[in-house]
Amino acid sequence: MSDRIVVVGAGQAAASLASRHIATGAGHPMVLIGEEPVAPYQRPPLSKAYLLGKLDRERLNIRQPSWFEESGITTMFGSRVESIVPERKQVVLSGGETVPYGTLVLCTGSTAKRLPDSLGGTLEGVHTLRTLADADALSPILRQQERILIIGGGYIGLEVAAAARMLGMEVVILEVAERILQRVASPVTSDFFRDLHTRHGVQIREATRLARLVGSDNRVCAAELETGERIETGLVLVGIGNDPSTALAEQAGIACENGVCVDASCRTSDPAVLAAGDCTSFIRNGRRIRLESVQNASDQGDLVARVMAGENTEYSALPWFWSEQYDCTLQIAGLNQGHDRVCIRPGQKEYSQSVWYYAGGTLLAVDAMNDVKSYAFGRRLIEMGISPAPEQVADPGIDLKALVKAHL
Amino acid sequence: MARITWKIENEDDVTLDVREGLTLMEAATDHDIPHIWGECGGCLSCATCHVFVDEKWFPLLDRIDDSEDTMLDMTDVERARTSRLSCQIKVTPELDGLVLHVPVPD
Repeated sequence: MSDRIVVVGAGQAAASLASRHIATGAGHPMVLIGEEPVAPYQRPPLSKAYLLGKLDRERLNIRQPSWFEESGITTMFGSRVESIVPERKQVVLSGGETVPYGTLVLCTGSTAKRLPDSLGGTLEGVHTLRTLADADALSPILRQQERILIIGGGYIGLEVAAAARMLGMEVVILEVAERILQRVASPVTSDFFRDLHTRHGVQIREATRLARLVGSDNRVCAAELETGERIETGLVLVGIGNDPSTALAEQAGIACENGVCVDASCRTSDPAVLAAGDCTSFIRNGRRIRLESVQNASDQGDLVARVMAGENTEYSALPWFWSEQYDCTLQIAGLNQGHDRVCIRPGQKEYSQSVWYYAGGTLLAVDAMNDVKSYAFGRRLIEMGISPAPEQVADPGIDLKALVKAHL
Repeated sequence: MARITWKIENEDDVTLDVREGLTLMEAATDHDIPHIWGECGGCLSCATCHVFVDEKWFPLLDRIDDSEDTMLDMTDVERARTSRLSCQIKVTPELDGLVLHVPVPD
């Protein structure tokens, strides 16, 4: 069937794609194949409200699970695609069954990096957190153990640290870099979150390298640091980033470079194959980037459906992100890579501030902590291509709304 | 419980009995009301749960706070006088009969 669209992966990007596909009324038959045994769900709450038991399982669903079939989309949840055969335009499932496609869309997402076996990464009690199954495995243990050791001071590590503290656990974070969030944020933002967690009783150990995890009866019981220090723990969360899931694309000869390479219309190097979400990498402002975010997955998924329906459209959305830790909301607009200057705008209440990133006078990004206004106006300013002087932004007496309005 | 109606251009109205304490965004996404996504879960990051509140109901709702007001400038369909982000409205018995109009993007 040459007009059949086969989507591999059933996360945020696939759900967005399916929704737009139905809305366009293009009518091509669609098959959605997901390795996880469930319909598309929201991942962000897995390290926040869901982990704390404050959000019901049903509420994670992006759409009602029955919506897909009711809309005429064939779903194969719990099916693993083993390979793509581009010459025959078909995918091969783990049972050997083949599914032919006219157009293939890769929404394979990313996979949490694990510690190698040699460092104790496969011991029981050592967890990662990306999928619902991961969260369901971790959640009950958070209520049983007294202490959790978190390897990696990135967003997942910090969010789980907050959840674990809220459940009364003792929390230790090990960060190999000089500071938490080093890869993604300015020192000011790192300082803010170090202070937030320290106030909540988390021990943060920066510039500290793990030597290995130690097990007893194949269960983790301690961590040894390079300094020789030993930390007893029965629970470890590894939050050291994700790898794009590119194995299928690579095996099919599709160009990959830190993700499946896509152009501005989400097309890959194979004309019959498109890709969306965490698994893709693309050029933005002359630099190849990959984004792990709801915004990117959702916007690229939407775009792919439009492109398949014949629209001539290109990806131009401004990236945005958020994180929630304790009662603090971090909102980020834009990408700060390449910044050469930051300025700080004090917020209007305690523990509220924003960090504005500039490159050569151009506003690139804003990290807003408990400051929705700075996030929203920052996002608008960046989208409008307006770069207010850092001195203006740093002055809390200057109304951001007025800066936006002045350019309308 | 409160009976809430979403009116969507060119589609059938959707009327639901919604449990107290849920937000209107949660009620809408639980039932796949078109064009209401709530991508950020209600933390005022996405503006994808925008609704126009029926004229006669609008004055009866709590006032819009600064944060919501700011995010209302980020909606896909441009805001109007009775625009709200439905993640910021918790259902109470007083909202029984509330009518919302769902903005439909081009």
